[in-house]
Amino acid sequence: MATIKGAFVLQADASRRTWKLDGPHFLGSEANHLVRDPRDPRTLLLAARTGHLGPTVFRSHDAGRTWQEAARPPAFPKAPEGSVGPVVQRTFFLAPGHASQPGVWWAGTVPHALFRSEDGGASWELQEGFSRFLAGLKERKPDNIGETPGGAITHSILVDPRDANHLYLSLSSGGFFETTDAGRSWRPMNDGSSADFLPDKFPEYGQDPHCVVLSPANPDRIYQQNHCGVYRLDRPGTRWERIGRNLPADVGDIGFPVVAHPRKQDVLWVFPMDGTDVWPRTSPGGRPAVFCSRNGGATWTRQARGFPESNGWFTVFRQAMKADTQDPAGLYLGTTAGEIWASRDEGSSWAQIAGHLPRILAVEVGES
Amino acid sequence: MRVPVHLSSHLRSYTRGKSDVEAEGSTLAELMADMDRRFPGLRFRVIDEQDHIRPHMNFFVGGALVRDLASPIAPGNEVLIMGALSGG
Repeated sequence: MATIKGAFVLQADASRRTWKLDGPHFLGSEANHLVRDPRDPRTLLLAARTGHLGPTVFRSHDAGRTWQEAARPPAFPKAPEGSVGPVVQRTFFLAPGHASQPGVWWAGTVPHALFRSEDGGASWELQEGFSRFLAGLKERKPDNIGETPGGAITHSILVDPRDANHLYLSLSSGGFFETTDAGRSWRPMNDGSSADFLPDKFPEYGQDPHCVVLSPANPDRIYQQNHCGVYRLDRPGTRWERIGRNLPADVGDIGFPVVAHPRKQDVLWVFPMDGTDVWPRTSPGGRPAVFCSRNGGATWTRQARGFPESNGWFTVFRQAMKADTQDPAGLYLGTTAGEIWASRDEGSSWAQIAGHLPRILAVEVGES
Repeated sequence: MRVPVHLSSHLRSYTRGKSDVEAEGSTLAELMADMDRRFPGLRFRVIDEQDHIRPHMNFFVGGALVRDLASPIAPGNEVLIMGALSGG
């Protein structure tokens, strides 16, 4: 788990009933993302900063026992004398590269930018192709590339497991984008996805994706939770379908995370939060619940057994809900109140497995 | 010119726990370049990629708060690199 005050690891036995907490790592650091390398499970990358110190990336090659700092963390080039250049405020999202490219990592930052490392995260290069594309978007429609309260976040960097050159990424705000040449050129892909906060409700770009995932069972099936609903996209199509319309009206389809089943393309979970009025972003009515669809979003089932039945005002951030690959799949969510909740039965029942942690910013699952 | 440098607790993971070190330089920019050679990674945590001192770090040269890396360091000056109260 990456928290506002450091990183922690929860380790389970084979039954996933007993959990042991390890940490904190880098106590006091704002840990934005802690990711295990699926190509080398002893390698971890951690994006962190503190209230005083600038953003950096730490790497461990012994499963978190020791850490080394990146020699060249994500940073913009120095601007020419007399002009104002951007500054990386935080590295928000870390994504391991394609399985055929050991050592390659991608990073999304605040403010918007894409970085790539080819040496396991030791040094990072700004991806100028994306920067040029972004500058063009801003020039054409400056109001459509914006900021969230957490800044202008580049996130959900998704690598097609069939093609190392095929990636997607998302901008909060700005929308969802695709490259087929490893990031040299990009195109928006937001048809059907709404931006209720702009004068043009269905712009070419400008939407606010909160979290986008590829189905591990079918990388052409993409699920998106955004500021204005839950969506599904089936490639090679390019039009998003708002599957969140099928959630109960008194719950709505606003939230931050979305999770795809490890083996079934039609199964996904969301954690709806109140998007009415002043956007409280807490469980609707104080009744936390996950909603699961087993048919690609056509219908949804409320899953709340084990959660508080009342006065449970959970907020779960966009990177703080994940699935494992066990059978049945396990689900894990971390709240801003520092609680980790887990399900061993694909969401049917839930139990709190950790508490009293700092605000949880991100959760990832590593299995061995 | 050898300059005594005092570091607040935030940076001591870079100096093997030492709060007082020495580095060479006649300006803050030169001093920080040498600090980074001696303690790799330290500079970027306190000075951003546009060569600005990060907003919640304070640098004092000879007892005076400075925000410009071009600031000169006079013989006998001590440099303090401190976390500001504004950073939490």
